[in-house]
Amino acid sequence: MSAFRHKDLLSMADLSVNDMTLILDTAESLKEISTRDIKKVPTLRGKSVVNYFFEPSTRTRTSFDLAAKRLSADTVSLSVPGSSTAKGETLVDTARNLQAMNPDVIVLRHPSGGATHLLAKKISAAVINAGDGVNEHPTQALLDMFTIREKKGTIEGLDIAIIGDISHSRVARSNIIGLTRMGAKVTVSGPPMMIPMGIDAFGVQVVHNPDEAVKKKDVVMLLRIQLERQKKALFPGLREYASFFGITPEILSRAKKDVIVMHPGPMNRGVEITSEVADGPCSVILDQVTNGVAVRMAVLYLLIGGS
Amino acid sequence: MITWIKNGQVVDPDKQTAEEADLIIEKGKIARIVPPAVITGNGSRLKIIDASGKLIIPGLVDMHVHLREPGHEYKETVATGAGAGAAGGFTALACMPNTVPPNDCRSVTEFILEQARKAKLCRIYPIAAITIGQKGTQLTEFGDLKEAGAVGVSDDGMPVLNSELMRHALEYARYHGLSVISHAEDTSLSDGGVMHEGVISTRIGLPGIPAASEEIMVYRDIALARLTGCPVHIAHVSTARAVELIRMAKEDHIPVTAETAPHYFSLDHTAVIGYNTHAKMNPPLRTAADVQAIKQGLAQGVIDVIATDHAPHSDMEKDLEFDQAAFGIIGLETALPLTLNLVREGILTLPEAIRKLSSSPARILGIDVGRLAEGVTADLSIIDPDYEYVLKKKDICSRSKNSPFIGKTMKGRNDLTMIGGRIVWKRG
Repeated sequence: MSAFRHKDLLSMADLSVNDMTLILDTAESLKEISTRDIKKVPTLRGKSVVNYFFEPSTRTRTSFDLAAKRLSADTVSLSVPGSSTAKGETLVDTARNLQAMNPDVIVLRHPSGGATHLLAKKISAAVINAGDGVNEHPTQALLDMFTIREKKGTIEGLDIAIIGDISHSRVARSNIIGLTRMGAKVTVSGPPMMIPMGIDAFGVQVVHNPDEAVKKKDVVMLLRIQLERQKKALFPGLREYASFFGITPEILSRAKKDVIVMHPGPMNRGVEITSEVADGPCSVILDQVTNGVAVRMAVLYLLIGGS
Repeated sequence: MITWIKNGQVVDPDKQTAEEADLIIEKGKIARIVPPAVITGNGSRLKIIDASGKLIIPGLVDMHVHLREPGHEYKETVATGAGAGAAGGFTALACMPNTVPPNDCRSVTEFILEQARKAKLCRIYPIAAITIGQKGTQLTEFGDLKEAGAVGVSDDGMPVLNSELMRHALEYARYHGLSVISHAEDTSLSDGGVMHEGVISTRIGLPGIPAASEEIMVYRDIALARLTGCPVHIAHVSTARAVELIRMAKEDHIPVTAETAPHYFSLDHTAVIGYNTHAKMNPPLRTAADVQAIKQGLAQGVIDVIATDHAPHSDMEKDLEFDQAAFGIIGLETALPLTLNLVREGILTLPEAIRKLSSSPARILGIDVGRLAEGVTADLSIIDPDYEYVLKKKDICSRSKNSPFIGKTMKGRNDLTMIGGRIVWKRG
C-alpha cells in the first residue's frame, strides 16, 4: 500500500522527509471528507482507537476522536487526571490491560517525557504520541506543517520564528525537528530562561528579542505561556511577559508582508499574543484546528489502514 | 589448616607493586608472602589454591553502597548485598543510611551489624545519618553511633542544605573520629531534573540537572573544610569542574578526599537515549568531556577512591516512565571489570586501580582493611583480569538487576573471595 513503515508515531525524529510528505499528502486528500454533508468514510471500519489522556486536553482529544470517527473506527476516550503512579497502577500494567482488549491504536497523552516510548515497547497496538511531558507532540507539528504548506505552497526555504517558552514546549520541539528536516530556517525566541541548553544543536538560530526574531519571517509561531504550571519561579509574571515578549501588530509588521501567525492553542490573549494579532488577517490559528483533524486522519490511516 | 595460594601475581596497593609470589595463610592471617618456588610441600593440613595466570588482590573495599535493609528487603538485604559484594571481589562494604527507618540511631546501626554477623560474608561498616531522619535539621548522636559501630556519617541522597549544620557536623564528626561523606547537590537547582542538563536532555525532552548543582555544593563543602580544618569526603563526583575544585582544594592542603563511581568513567548521558531508566542515577551521567575529566582526576590522584554507589531497585521502581523511575544502579559486580578498563586504557596502573578500590577507601574510613601484607587479616580476592564475558541478568547475585551493563561485554572477573582466611565465595 504505502511506503509508511512505522508501528508507532512517537517522535518527529523517526520520520524521514518522505514520511512527512506522505502524511501531509494523505491529509490533503482526506481533508475534503470533513467538508461533506455525511462526514464519514468506511476506511477504518472495525478498527478500535483508544484515546488515553493523562493530562487535560480539549482540542487534541476531540480532534483525534473526530478523525477516528470520520474514518469509521470505534473510539473510546479516557481521561485520567493526575499522574499514573498516584493511583496505583503503573503505566506498564495499564498498557498490558489495554492490550488485552486488542485495540488497534492507542493515542496517549502523558505528563512524563518518553511515556509513549515505554508504552509502545510493551504493546503491539500502534501508539500515537499526543504529547509526552515537555518532550514531543508530533501530530501538532504535522498539522502545523500541513497548514504552512497549504498557505505557502512549500516548507523548504521558509524563514520561521517560534516564540515562547521553548524549554517547556513539546510543540516547539516537534516543530523544530520536523521543520528543519523539511528544509525551513528556524529561529527560536523567548526570554533567556525559556531557551533550553544546547538547542542550537537542532540547527536553529536563537534570538531573544522578539523584534529581531520576527524580522522578515514567513511564519511566526507563538507558544502558550503557562507560568502557573511551571514548577519553579521561571519568570517575573505575565504582565512582564506581555510587555517585553508579547506579539503586537507593531512587532509583527517587521515580518514579511504575507506572514502567517500560528498558535497551537489555547491562547492567552494579551499575554503572548494580542487580540489584534490573533484575530487579524495574518492569523491561521483556526485553520490549524481544522487541519488537525485531517492530519490525524492521515496518521491513523497510514498506521493501521493498510492491511 | 594452612592455605597455600601459589603461582599468582600479588598486587600490593601500598607498595604499588604487582609481583609473582606465593601466599601462606594461617589462622585467618597472611603468614608469609614469598617469591614463587620457595615453598614446596604437601600434606593433609595444606590446602593448595592454584592461582596461575591470576591476580591476588586485597579484598576490595566499597565505601558507598545501599543495602536497603531495614525497610526495602525486596530490593536487597545486608546478606544479599554482602553476597553480591563477595561475588564482585569485595570484602568490606560501607552502607549508606537511607534505609527505612534511616540509620540515624544506635538501634538501626546495631541491627545492620547483627544482620552482617549472621550473613558471614563481607565485613559491613555502617555509615550513619548526619541528621535525624535525614531531614537536615538536627544532628544525630555521633558519639553513640560511633560506639554502636558506625564509621562515618552522611545524609547521602538528601544533601545537608544548611551550611551551618554541615559545618558543625564536620567539627563534631572529627571529634569522634567519624568520616563525613557529602552528597553534593544544590537541590534548589536540581529539583525536578531527571538527567544531566545538556544537549541530550534538550533533544529527548527530559528535565535537566545542571552540573552546577553539584559544583556549588562541592565548593561549599570545600569552603567549610577550609574554615574548620576538618576533613570532608565528596561522594560520587561526576563533573569536570567538581574535579577541578577538588584539585585546587588539595593544592591548598584542605583536607578533602573524593570518590567517583565506575559509571561516571564508563558511560555518558547518551546512555539515557531511548528513556533507559537503567541509565538514571543521581548525580546523572554527564557529558563525554566530564567522563574524560573524571578519568584524568583518577589518574592524577585528585579522586582518591572508586566506590560503586550500588543502589538496588526492583522493576517496580525501574519499569516506569523515565521521570517516575528511581535513581540508581547496582555496581558491586561490575566495578572490577570497569575499573580494569582504566588499567587497559593506561589511565591507572594496576596497583593504583586496586588501591582506589581497597586501601584508599579504608584509610578514609579509618578501618583496618584493604591491605595485602604479612601479618594482616587474610581478606583477599583472586581475580582473572583478562576473562571476557557478556554480563547476563541471571548471573547477577544482587537481589536487584538494575544495571545498564547487562548485555555488555565485560573483561575481568573475580574468581574467589576470602575473608579472614575463609573462602566466602568461589566461582562455580
